[in-house]
Amino acid sequence: MNKPLFIATENKITPLWGRRQWMLLLFIIMVTILFGRAIYLQIMHTEFLQNQGDARYLRTVAIPAHRGMILDRQGEPLAISTPVDSVWVNPKQFVLSQTGKLANLLELSVSSVKALISERQQKEFVYIKRHISPQLALKVKSLELAGVFLQREYHRYYPAANVTSHILGFTDIDDNGLEGLELAYESQLKGTFGEKQVIQDKYGHIITEVKSVQIPQDGQNIVLTIDKRVQYLVYKELSHAVQVYHAQSGSAVILDVQTGEILAMVNQPAYNPNNRENLDGEHYRNRAITDVFEPGSTLKPFTIMTALMSGQYTAHTLVDTTPGSLQLGQYTIHDSRNYGMIDLPTIIQKSSNVGASKIALSLPKQQLWQILTQVGFGQRVDSDLPGEVKGHLNHYKRWYHAEQATLSFGYGISVTLLQLAKAYATLGNRGIVPTIHIRMTEKAVTPNNPIVSEQVAQQVLSMLERVVQPGGTGAKAQVTGYRVAGKTGTVRKTANKGGYLENDYIALFAGLIPASKPRLAMVIMIDTPRGDSYYGGDVAAPIFAQVMAGALRLLNIPPDNL
Amino acid sequence: MKTNWNNSHYIFLDSPLLSGLLLLSGVGLIVLYSAGGQDWDLIIRQVVRIAIGFTLMIVLAQIRIQHLKQWIPWVYLVGVLLLFAVLAIGEISKGSQRWLDLGVVRFQPSELMKLTVPLMVIWYLADKPLPPNYTRLSIALMLIVLPVLLIAKQPDLGTAILIAASGIFVLFLAGLQWQLIIKVVALTPVALWVLWQFMHDYQKTRVLTLFDPEKNASTSGYHIIQSKIAIGSGGLYGKGWLNGTQSHLEFLPERSTDFIFAVLSEEFGLLGVLLLLSIYMFILTRGTYIALQAQGTFSRLLAGSIILTFFVYIMVNMGMVSGILPVVGVPLPLISYGGTSIVTLMASFGLLMAVHIHRPLLSN
Repeated sequence: MNKPLFIATENKITPLWGRRQWMLLLFIIMVTILFGRAIYLQIMHTEFLQNQGDARYLRTVAIPAHRGMILDRQGEPLAISTPVDSVWVNPKQFVLSQTGKLANLLELSVSSVKALISERQQKEFVYIKRHISPQLALKVKSLELAGVFLQREYHRYYPAANVTSHILGFTDIDDNGLEGLELAYESQLKGTFGEKQVIQDKYGHIITEVKSVQIPQDGQNIVLTIDKRVQYLVYKELSHAVQVYHAQSGSAVILDVQTGEILAMVNQPAYNPNNRENLDGEHYRNRAITDVFEPGSTLKPFTIMTALMSGQYTAHTLVDTTPGSLQLGQYTIHDSRNYGMIDLPTIIQKSSNVGASKIALSLPKQQLWQILTQVGFGQRVDSDLPGEVKGHLNHYKRWYHAEQATLSFGYGISVTLLQLAKAYATLGNRGIVPTIHIRMTEKAVTPNNPIVSEQVAQQVLSMLERVVQPGGTGAKAQVTGYRVAGKTGTVRKTANKGGYLENDYIALFAGLIPASKPRLAMVIMIDTPRGDSYYGGDVAAPIFAQVMAGALRLLNIPPDNL
Repeated sequence: MKTNWNNSHYIFLDSPLLSGLLLLSGVGLIVLYSAGGQDWDLIIRQVVRIAIGFTLMIVLAQIRIQHLKQWIPWVYLVGVLLLFAVLAIGEISKGSQRWLDLGVVRFQPSELMKLTVPLMVIWYLADKPLPPNYTRLSIALMLIVLPVLLIAKQPDLGTAILIAASGIFVLFLAGLQWQLIIKVVALTPVALWVLWQFMHDYQKTRVLTLFDPEKNASTSGYHIIQSKIAIGSGGLYGKGWLNGTQSHLEFLPERSTDFIFAVLSEEFGLLGVLLLLSIYMFILTRGTYIALQAQGTFSRLLAGSIILTFFVYIMVNMGMVSGILPVVGVPLPLISYGGTSIVTLMASFGLLMAVHIHRPLLSN
């Protein structure tokens, strides 16, 4: 079959064979080209194209870490993170005509979603709605829209809402602590995001996980010294008082005098951290540590303590307070009335400014300054709460004559409420300064050395008990079944332009209970109460009584006055 | 002749061609199983089509070509009428009007024309001296151009080009003068310009995309970039059957139909490509051999044009998938998923076998 290379048709030689030879040649050439192309792609460019391919499906995605809980001393949750989902869109994959479906489901306006997406047309990520419920997330998923994705996130929830707002602070939508302990313990709470490599198809759906690059580490739980039940009690009484007296603000702190634990810390006005719309710094401020005031009469016990320490005075030493005022250069110090010759307990009980001033002026400056510094005035408490200020106490070398006198009854010094509570806790703890803290510690705190003798502390405590007894300024702080030691204070507010305001007062009460062996120190401040009563003994002292009536039972502190 | 043993049987077949086609179908099913996402229903439907195709091939192989001749003009006429019908009442699918719903089956008349157009040209040219004179050549061209324009209007550029090519191959094989061929080639740029004016925008983009796929990466260039990546990431040995990540993660479009070559390349690598090309080359060689052996102008032209058309299918598909030709919707013969193309192809191989088996044994 190889002969008829040319086929004769009607005596003409047709070149068919030639054409078919051309055909075979064409086959060989073209198949060679195709094979060459395959070699070009699969051998010469394989690495480049493989990388290109990997880039199309290998993705590193973050695994969110669970933010740690904040618990109270009983293990009750105060701040918890719940898993939620956020909807985001890759504008390059999203089909704009599908906007309606998505927007309707998420209860957003179609035009706003469209605008959001078209603004980022060249980007690959835009959030459509943050923190939606898992149920809604499921519905979004079932729409199966191209370029629509869900991202697991955690939403912070505060079960006690307003009650613990200033202590805990809050986080932003990305779970970063912004205020309060959320900010202070950010590094422990936050945890570490993990990373994993996944294979995704072109719609971004994860097909399989290749490997975990980094395992996420959940944040630590933080246990606080706060007792939620006591905190509630304080919140209730304080907010009630602020409302009744139309006060600008109010704060209260309860400390365990032996351990230095902060059991409660409340401010008014407070806010709901779960819904922070339309709030400003006025609401966010933890006034108990950020605001300072002059402590007024609540400082007198420390003057008396210094006097007893100096050895120049005993509890029975008489001080002449006639005629009920004292001229110091251009300043005149007044008492409510002329008390005459009175002993130290009476100075406390009647709250004699003249008596306190005379004592202070008779003592070396350094001694008074030292006691005030040792109980913590003019220094940060360092309880971990952020934003704390240290107040102001001049060095004794810079004191002028009148300042030495006014300091003795609490003017010319500024303190925070927490500092004042700490000072009283020292008194209640027999002269030993407790280490104030808000986070539970496992290790026992080594007690500080006493700054005064136990005897002196006991003497001052006894004097403070008389304040709360009938006839004393703090009688309304009495608690049935318990002995109470305390001191009231009614302080004129300083004006912004200097000097003192005529009708604006700060009502204070600082108390220790049970007085026979104090366990709790509580200080209360009501800023600018309006109305007929504005005295510390009338406005602040009753709060002490009401809170303690419940708190002592809750904390199982036995009565000492049955 | 070795194949003569067939003559002693009731059924006439060319066994080398049959083996090649069976092997190809087998390879096709294996690749399709992977490309189609391991969907057994898909495989079963394809097997049914292949079976229909092979049956048709066997039936046609029994026919004497001479008996076939008289039917050709009628089939051609019906085909052209059907194409008109498609434009008038056809079903629209994916933006073009290609289908006729015959109640029972949906039918693509352009598929019928793939075989009928070259047959018609051969029928017209074969009983007169070759090469044809200009009058006859012009009429032959008209026979080609009419259905091609109708198909291009659907629009189905890929099929139109293939049919035009298969018709022109007949003219080439019929001994078109080289001077004429050279003139035509010289006029090609003009013709291309004219063609360009008639093209739809999406068709223009496809051609432009070929020259710069990255430019249109998000739209039309996407197909080419993805398939190049899939092919390239196969490397020498491939990623293994069912392991082609590019093809399985929805990155590769049309992966069980037009772009199935990319799946094969990714999973079986260069060696897989070599195997596939070898099978195709074997079929082409056997086809060419049959064309060389063919007796009589009609048979020779028929065999030649069938094998050339088959070759062009392979070239156009692989060329497009590997990024050296524009994207036109042409399936990879016997590998791609799809009904009508398999049946048409197998029918043409049936005719090719008929040419060989029933050739008058003129061994002088």
